[in-house]
Amino acid sequence: MNTETEPVIEVIDLVRKFGDRAVINDISLNIHRGETLVIMGGSGCGKSTLLRHIIGSMKPTSGSVKIFGEEITTMNEREIARVRCRFGMLFQSGALLASLTVGENVALPLLQHTDLSPDEIEEIVEQKLQMVGLSGFENLKPAEISGGMKKRVGLARALALDPELLFSDEPTSGLDPIMTAVVDQLTLKLTHGSHMTAVVVTHDMTSAFRIATRMIMLGHGDIIAQGTPNEIRTSPNPEVQQFINGEPDGPIPLNLSQDEHEHHQHVKPRPFVAARGRFHHKT
Amino acid sequence: MKNYLQLNLSLLYWVFVAPFKGQFPKLSPIFRQMVFIGVRAAPMVALTAFSVGVTLAMQAAHSLQQLGAEIYVPDLVMVTLLREMGPVLIAVIVIGRSGSAVAAEIGTMKVSEEIEALEVMAINPIQYLVVPRFLAMMVMLPALTILGDYIGVFGGWAVCRLALDFNTAGFIMRALESADAWDLYSGVIKSVIFAWIIITIACNAGLHVEGGAEGVGQATTGSVVQALLAMLVMNAVLTGIFFFAT
Ligand SMILES: Nc1ncnc2c1ncn2[C@@H]1O[C@H](COP(=O)(O)OP(=O)(O)OP(=O)(O)O)[C@@H](O)[C@H]1O
Ligand SMILES: [Mg+2]
Repeated sequence: MNTETEPVIEVIDLVRKFGDRAVINDISLNIHRGETLVIMGGSGCGKSTLLRHIIGSMKPTSGSVKIFGEEITTMNEREIARVRCRFGMLFQSGALLASLTVGENVALPLLQHTDLSPDEIEEIVEQKLQMVGLSGFENLKPAEISGGMKKRVGLARALALDPELLFSDEPTSGLDPIMTAVVDQLTLKLTHGSHMTAVVVTHDMTSAFRIATRMIMLGHGDIIAQGTPNEIRTSPNPEVQQFINGEPDGPIPLNLSQDEHEHHQHVKPRPFVAARGRFHHKT
Repeated sequence: MKNYLQLNLSLLYWVFVAPFKGQFPKLSPIFRQMVFIGVRAAPMVALTAFSVGVTLAMQAAHSLQQLGAEIYVPDLVMVTLLREMGPVLIAVIVIGRSGSAVAAEIGTMKVSEEIEALEVMAINPIQYLVVPRFLAMMVMLPALTILGDYIGVFGGWAVCRLALDFNTAGFIMRALESADAWDLYSGVIKSVIFAWIIITIACNAGLHVEGGAEGVGQATTGSVVQALLAMLVMNAVLTGIFFFAT
């Protein structure tokens, strides 16, 4: 790791509470140029929330986030907009504009932030869509394409401005194994070839180990493990082992998030837990 | 309320300040919204205005006949229509049709993370979404009001010509004598102010939706009710300023 250089992203003592539940509880991490950082962790543990704080669309309860060496948590809208032109983000839901076609969605950042001619823009759109295996779908509306296709259009849009930094929230969920490999290869090509930095949230362990240069695992609002793919694979931490091997039994309790929710939303987890208990006795 | 004032301030910036810094609003989205907000509402506006004109003329005729003063029917139709009924009823139609649609559309974009995605692409949602709708509404509501005024007067003429003893020339003479330009202008000024109220309330409701489809529904209904109330109160205030205080 090139720790001498300034980190591209620096998260220091980040805390975020919703009500009085700390979803992110004192996280610090650095991400360096050219790295591919994979963020893992159970559903609802705060991965998307962490990304939202890094890109400045949520403000932390306390702590600081520096991106390209600049503090984003205290910036005004215009300064944030300037920084955001330098990175791309793929949302977990794709977040395509439903009123625009696939092609117009990919063209949107180009139309807004560059002075390219319509022909040049069309060419770039065509090229980006081809990268994600979707040439020829320019004129369909998001409602007319599948979930996995939306994800890939979202990725093409995130890459439209050739960003230095890419955030992907579950880029491969909903994709078939071949498409997953294509998207992974694209990420690898961009991080190796173009020195792009990537921050990828994923549940897909094959994909995670394929692209990561470093991995962190979140849990209980904190980083419970981090290291190179090899260090994670051989980690002695039983929670990590349970997660990467996808085992139902282990130190991560099934009803963890339910208990956490109960306090705030008055959802009684009893029937669910009881049912699980019965199931347990039988096996 | 704070959100609403903020929205108005950024709107003022994007409409009146940004063009002097070389950031002009794009025309094609404005035209698209003008078609949606204005042109598509025209048939409904026409029908409403016609029936209002007819109703006004019939009521006026009923009352004035007892005094033997049917000759004043056009006066009553013109003044009531241009000053009050035209701007208010057409605003009601546009609130129900276009205001609610704008609130629902922006609200849906909000809950499906589209607004957040715009922000993350460094595209200002006010500039990209609100400004075209605002400008379209500011042009189209006065235009619809003028259209409605004409059609309403036509309705009044139809009653006078077919049911009362007016000939067309007599109706026109009487109408032009009773109404002056200020009657028309006051109605149009009202509609400009209503347009501002309707579109800012609708966009604000949409931009601050929380909680999924249910939230979109609540915000839409809320925006219709708020816009109606604000518009009617504002109408009373403006009538007071234009015709009472002077
Ligand atoms: N706007 C919000 N208001 C209140 N609570 C929120 C909000 N956003 C997220 N949370 C809470 O924060 C926690 C983390 O949510 P987040 O979306 O970051 O999870 P995640 O790790 O991305 O999960 P997944 O893998 O399912 O996408 C959840 O328990 C959620 O209830
Ligand atoms: Mg998530």
